[in-house]
Amino acid sequence: MSDLAIRLEGIGKSYRLGSINDADPRIRYGSLRESLAGAVRGLFRGRPPGDATAADRRFWALKDVSFEVRHGEIIGVIGSNGAGKSTLLKLISRITEPTEGLGEIHGRIGSLLEVGTGFHPELTGRENIFLNGTILGMKHAEVLRKFDEIVAFAEIEKFLDTPVKRYSSGMFVRLAFAVAVHLEPEILVVDEVLAVGDAEFQRKCLEKLRTIGGDGRTILLVSHNMAAIRSICQRGIVLDRGRLVAEGDVNTIADQYLAGALKSKVGGRVIETEVFVVDDVRIHSLDGPVVKTFDPVEILVDVTAKRDIKDPGVHIGILSADQHRLAGLDSKDFTTFPPLRSGEKTTMGFRIDSFPFLPGTWYMEVRLGEMAEFAFELAGDPVRFDVVETPVYGGRQMTNLHGQVGLTARAIGGTPV
Amino acid sequence: MATHQHPVVYLRPSGRFTRLNLRDVWEYRDLLYFLVWRDIKVRYKQTVLGAAWAILQPLLTMVAFSIFFGHLAKMPSDGIPYPLFAYAALLPWTLFAYSMTEAGNSLVGSQNLITKVYFPRLVIPLAAVLGGLVDFGVSFVVLILLMIGYGIVPTLAILTIPFFILLVIATALAVGVWLAALNVQFRDVRYTIPFLTQFWLFLTPVAYSSTMVSPRWRVVYGLNPMAGVVEGFRWALLGRKEAPGPMLAVSIAIVALLLVTGLYHFRRMESSFADNI
Repeated sequence: MSDLAIRLEGIGKSYRLGSINDADPRIRYGSLRESLAGAVRGLFRGRPPGDATAADRRFWALKDVSFEVRHGEIIGVIGSNGAGKSTLLKLISRITEPTEGLGEIHGRIGSLLEVGTGFHPELTGRENIFLNGTILGMKHAEVLRKFDEIVAFAEIEKFLDTPVKRYSSGMFVRLAFAVAVHLEPEILVVDEVLAVGDAEFQRKCLEKLRTIGGDGRTILLVSHNMAAIRSICQRGIVLDRGRLVAEGDVNTIADQYLAGALKSKVGGRVIETEVFVVDDVRIHSLDGPVVKTFDPVEILVDVTAKRDIKDPGVHIGILSADQHRLAGLDSKDFTTFPPLRSGEKTTMGFRIDSFPFLPGTWYMEVRLGEMAEFAFELAGDPVRFDVVETPVYGGRQMTNLHGQVGLTARAIGGTPV
Repeated sequence: MATHQHPVVYLRPSGRFTRLNLRDVWEYRDLLYFLVWRDIKVRYKQTVLGAAWAILQPLLTMVAFSIFFGHLAKMPSDGIPYPLFAYAALLPWTLFAYSMTEAGNSLVGSQNLITKVYFPRLVIPLAAVLGGLVDFGVSFVVLILLMIGYGIVPTLAILTIPFFILLVIATALAVGVWLAALNVQFRDVRYTIPFLTQFWLFLTPVAYSSTMVSPRWRVVYGLNPMAGVVEGFRWALLGRKEAPGPMLAVSIAIVALLLVTGLYHFRRMESSFADNI
């Protein structure tokens, strides 16, 4: 096809899992000693130095991903943390190479995976524009040509000759983003950079991306900000645990994803306490497929009793993203659940008439217990859920000033007396 | 927009064989320029002495060498005043040691770039090596002053100086790209570099003359490429009797070998830098 921009065919990327206690599979510090020791061990066991078990200890960040993008399309890449979005962008940007599969990129590609890559704090704003511009792939002449435009976009005229280490974080982000959006590649790859800066600047950046898209250039955008994805992209793809699970019109895809993401929280892991097996933890809105602020919401825990339980109880804590406890509900405060026999299944939980938390990421912490023995036990790690980006108080975009919890309120007073 | 206007890039797992593809690096020469410029610009910011460091390092070493090796140990210096004899060798040695160290640590130090932006990674050690040239230029001026002070008139051999400078750069780059690529995989390299530099200095005729090595072994001595380079410098600057012919030839051959294998090894490992760093 004549207007093909990106084509991926069965692309996969695996990382070798490092030492056993290595939390992040991507970081593998080798040491010569380990390698040598490995080789020697291999010799004695009659195994090649490569170590045959290495193959089983692989982690597939992406597996069998195929799709096509035409020139001029703006594609949103959707998926939860660890779904492989960033790996996909890194592959397309040529930062890392696939373990299997084939890809074709038609045209110059510019990637914006982080705001301010290569900025040096000791250098001035002016110097950093040139440095960062060339790092992102511009020619010196190109930076020169766009210099004034970049400065104007960043609104830092007065501080052009100040070292950026003296910039406020807002100025820093503005400058970094300004350089990046003035790249003029045919294909632009953007990862989560819209999450930075104040609301006004975010709006400006979105506007700029839209203009870039309007010029017939191709954009691949990753963002957790669904509202941004919906407003810029036409098409979306959804990644889940490294696989491409859906592709199509961005609004349909986004709804599907959000609904799916909220369906099951335990997701195959077995969580057990002393007396219960947790089959699932669910949160859903009675108003629609996604949870919105002020919706009637149910939080439900499906359990199986491991032995006879006289007085089962559940406690749900709601935590902020930085794991501060914001609220807690204890079933004992509302009711007494009937006793359970060993092997019996039940669902316990709460209905909240008006869910107060504002759009964003939250965590539920589940505790279960046999109340006859006064023991609540933590059931697994806190479970993540999202409250969807919607206008809460009727229109304006949310800012930090709105806090974390929504209040149903109306403004009163103001009449001169 | 028609496809034929767009360059096509293929993504695929790299096979066993790699091409050097140095044109790719040439495409990114603007980036190379700015990385060198950044390193130079930043190096002496927030230092009290600034660029004086470039002069002080070889100068103080020269003074120490002159006192201990020249004055106390009465080391022969081919009929050249010992301070000049030592300084003419310290000049390329300092450039080499600095550039090699910087290049060897360059990739690991550029982790943030490597994991976030694509460009030919070779630009990074290359910039590190070239960054040493400014200091070299500054301390070269001191050498000229010393030569005037000692009343040494250079011979025509001084015209070969650019070649020897190129040879130092090539040597530093050859060792540097090997170390840089290995450093990504094995952090042991970082601790090896200072030791390597120190050890290498003893093996190189900086404080002493290669004429102390018997002529029969001098060619073997050339297997240390810096031996040929340093003696070449002395010959070009101070006009000793004879050019360090066979020894230099061996050194050049070794540098070429190290450089080609180093570049290939680097290219082969390049695609996995972002994953392993």
